[in-house]
Amino acid sequence: MLYINCPHCGMRSQNEFSYGGDASVIRPELNKEVSDQEWDNFVYNRKSLRGKHLELWQHISGCRQWIKVERDTATHEIFRTFKSDEEVA
Amino acid sequence: MTQAFRIENGGLINRDKKLSFKFNGKTYLGYEGDTLASALLANGVHLVGRSFKYHRPRGFFGAGVDEPYAVVQLFRNGETEPNIKATEQELFEGLEAKSVNCWPSVNFDIGAINNFLKIFLPAGFYYKTFMWPKSFWYRIYEPFIRKAAGLGVASTKHDKERYEHKYEYCDLLIAGSGPSGLAGAYAAAKNGAKVILAEDKPRFGGSLLTNDVNIGNQSGKDWAEGIIAELKTMPNVVVKNRSQIFGYYDHNMLVMSEKVSDHLPSTKKYNPNKRLWYIRAKEVLISSGSIERPIVFGNNDTPGVMLSSAAKEYLKVYGVLVGRTPLVFTNNDSGYETAIEFKKHGVDPVVLDSRKNPESEIIDEAKNLGINIKNSYVVVAAQGYKKVKSADIASITEDKKQLGKIENIKCDCICVSGFWTPTIHLASQSGNKTKFKEEIDAFVPGQSKQNEITLGAANGVFTLEETLKTSFKAGSELSKKITENDNEIAIPNVVEKKSSQHDKFWCVPLPKGKNYKRFLDFQNDVAVSDIEIALREGYRSIEHVKRYTTLGMATDQGKTSNLNGLQLVSEIENKVVPAVGHTTFRPPYTPVSIGAIVGREVGKHSKPTRKSPMHSWHEKNNAVFVDAGVWLRPRYYKRGNENLFEASKREAKNVRTNVGVCDVTTLGKIDVKGPDAAELLNRVYTNAWLKLPVGKARYGVMLREDGIVMDDGTTTRISENHYHMTTTTAQAANVLSHLEYYLQLVWPELNVNVVSTTEQWAGAAIAGPKSRDLLQKLFPNSDVSNEGLPFMGYMEGDLSGVKARIFRISFSGELAYEVNVESDFGNFMWEKIMGVGEEFNIQPYGTEALSTLRIEMGHVAGSELDGRTIPFDNALEGLVSKKKDFIGKRSLQRSAFIAEDRQRIVGVVPLDKQTSIPEGSHLVKDDKAPLPNPKLGHISASCWSVEYDNPFSLAILKDGKNMIGQKLFAMSPLKNKVIPVEIVSSHYVDPKGERVRS
Ligand SMILES: [Zn+2]
Repeated sequence: MLYINCPHCGMRSQNEFSYGGDASVIRPELNKEVSDQEWDNFVYNRKSLRGKHLELWQHISGCRQWIKVERDTATHEIFRTFKSDEEVA
Repeated sequence: MTQAFRIENGGLINRDKKLSFKFNGKTYLGYEGDTLASALLANGVHLVGRSFKYHRPRGFFGAGVDEPYAVVQLFRNGETEPNIKATEQELFEGLEAKSVNCWPSVNFDIGAINNFLKIFLPAGFYYKTFMWPKSFWYRIYEPFIRKAAGLGVASTKHDKERYEHKYEYCDLLIAGSGPSGLAGAYAAAKNGAKVILAEDKPRFGGSLLTNDVNIGNQSGKDWAEGIIAELKTMPNVVVKNRSQIFGYYDHNMLVMSEKVSDHLPSTKKYNPNKRLWYIRAKEVLISSGSIERPIVFGNNDTPGVMLSSAAKEYLKVYGVLVGRTPLVFTNNDSGYETAIEFKKHGVDPVVLDSRKNPESEIIDEAKNLGINIKNSYVVVAAQGYKKVKSADIASITEDKKQLGKIENIKCDCICVSGFWTPTIHLASQSGNKTKFKEEIDAFVPGQSKQNEITLGAANGVFTLEETLKTSFKAGSELSKKITENDNEIAIPNVVEKKSSQHDKFWCVPLPKGKNYKRFLDFQNDVAVSDIEIALREGYRSIEHVKRYTTLGMATDQGKTSNLNGLQLVSEIENKVVPAVGHTTFRPPYTPVSIGAIVGREVGKHSKPTRKSPMHSWHEKNNAVFVDAGVWLRPRYYKRGNENLFEASKREAKNVRTNVGVCDVTTLGKIDVKGPDAAELLNRVYTNAWLKLPVGKARYGVMLREDGIVMDDGTTTRISENHYHMTTTTAQAANVLSHLEYYLQLVWPELNVNVVSTTEQWAGAAIAGPKSRDLLQKLFPNSDVSNEGLPFMGYMEGDLSGVKARIFRISFSGELAYEVNVESDFGNFMWEKIMGVGEEFNIQPYGTEALSTLRIEMGHVAGSELDGRTIPFDNALEGLVSKKKDFIGKRSLQRSAFIAEDRQRIVGVVPLDKQTSIPEGSHLVKDDKAPLPNPKLGHISASCWSVEYDNPFSLAILKDGKNMIGQKLFAMSPLKNKVIPVEIVSSHYVDPKGERVRS
């Protein structure tokens, strides 16, 4: 079970969180013309990386904040975690 | 027979307490402190089971967790448990156990015929034979295998025992209480670190209990006892025996199974049977020791052949002789230690050493005691069927290829030592890249992946002095990092005998003309010849060889067989062992009870149960409940002998003619507040929300980004910046997360707060033509007329002093209202409604009547909003705004979603107006068409229409828009039904929606 550092609450076990997928996906702006390809990329297409992956988790049984987690999908190592509005450098 | 093989004195058992137990129906005596294995051996019982494939007689091979043979079915306090190792099960008064894997009995076993027909059972036998003919599998092969094989029977009764889970955090977790674990724990504890020390056996000390060593002028055993006693007094230390760490998971999470009660005749009140510990450790010290390796020779599975370390443990810990004429067969000095113990207890062993001329302190001691030692000698084969009677032995050349003349010597046990295998399972599970250590012919941990370190024998270090030195140091350093204390520990003086180099020899060649079975895996009956066949047939990867031959796949996970199997593969393949590599170690290290894994989450505790504030009223009024997610909801209220069908029809009918009340507390409720609340709703729902006035409700549908309907419900504008959103019972949690996602990540600029208020409000739906009259009496000071409170209107009211929210909304399609009060007043409200409603013939109605009412109105619910439908499919396209953008809108342009013949909701009526259509039935054009008969749609919900008194169903049907009036067939192969039906409008009752506005 992963041990995730919630930037709001501190170290918490994985069973307090729910997974939210790739954090690098950006929703197209409202009321903007979007091509089929762009929309497909937003809704369906994911890189499914092996290695370092920036992803979303929600601290659902804690502060309920969505956070960003930089995790290695092969080793499960977690490098850093960020608040939802924090810049990922 | 009274414990004929128990020596007079010695051992760590309590001779003051005799215990009586039964094995295979026969009564025996043992002592407190025995295991089932040691007590049976004390009584001279060596035959305990039959092997898995050939059903050969099986005895005891080890004395602990490594035991491959002695697996029994245990009976305790009216419960039974399979797959128990007799070597681990502690004796208690009244224990009962039976052999497994033998039918009809351990002495006469029909399956043993396999042994004589072994030509049929080579490697891959199961794969080759049971493949054809296919029809034989269920009728012949499987029943036969099930009866003849297997490792015991799981109980089908409810388990009376209780199991607990515990979560723990510590600085240093230590697996194993041998010299390494004790030293590490002591040093870390002295630095103030929070330490958990786990030992799987009942006694602490590991090898110190049986090895003849001296630490700080005490025996190893006394030193261990002293350390444990001191650790137990320290508040920062948890010391646990009977506790096996069986799994090493991500981020230094380890799981330990503590046997709290298995050693007692019955579980004490308030105690669990087992406790599963989830431990998050900052650092882990693996001090799990090593397991002795067998040497492979002919008939090496005969009862009486066992590990030499096990023989020593039975003698030193339990005071039991495993034989009176022992033969020790060794390739290293460990065998001599066992021989010396025998000799000290008046038994004359013979030692066969495969080495030519070994010299060491231990060997000198054996020689001085006058022990008969034969160098360059090996056991060729054990003789005897149910017990060793003698051994064929021979001299062997230095290249280990040629045997000398075969001699037969009498013996009643063969104690074998092929050197030691470090127990690297936990390290390997943690992701550690193990490496092969040539000097000991075994794998040891290499580069750590997590915060773990392996020391002592588990790390391939077999001298006590070095083990203690490195472990004290590790304990100090690991704890210093955490506590920043640095208390120096004086390392005690160690006296141990020096060993000589072991012989790199693990398998005795077959003598000419003999075809003895030489077993590698004792539990799964995998012999040398099986591996040879697998390699001959082209299997190369060790993972494939393992699966094809089942080597190491039994419940002992090959603890005694893996390395010898690797040696064999590497020899035949002419590769070095590290190139062959070992198979992956996976948790659990040793079998864990399902009960322990499940813990307290059984029966009604398997999920939380949520009850509405009116629950006890429902109970008192004969409600029959149904699970709705985690909620319990009344399905119907039983009157007299009514069944579900009759009761729900009565309740629904009463709503259509008089008035009914339904508990709708379970609906999800979310408070949406803030200046941008309307903007959020406008983006989340498909319809327009910016112009909804205060005091009005609106029905809305929300989509996922892929265009599929996520949920529906009404949302009411309570005040300028305050909305009350409702969701379906099932989707409440998902909708809240969905809103939080968009507010926190996508549109953080929106100034809105959302919070669940589901449990803050109790809700009652009052529905039926007389509902307004009832409402007026409930709220005499409010104007609830059609003008005062129009359809989709909202007002606050005073319910006899309790503040209430009144919504004019309807799911039933009748004139209806929903009243909410704070949860604490839920029951007050309900009783008030029932009391005032009496004169209007009010009846409570449950979810079944609720379904009936919504189905015949064509209102969609979870069975239509099933994660596969878009608004059009549910006839909700009128709610999809063309002007504004919203979540999922772009997806609605997908070609499949705008296809001419897109699926759509319809009503379905059986032509005979009699036969109810099972939910899930497929709609087809031709009931006689060959399979697969093209499916046009499916029945999503069925009811008995109380309006028309005939069955009515909803369906999602391809090109549903143009299918009204068509005749189709509803087919349910599950219920074996074919029903001719007519497609009608989904709005079966009141299609214009006049009643809700009346
Ligand atoms: Zn948090």
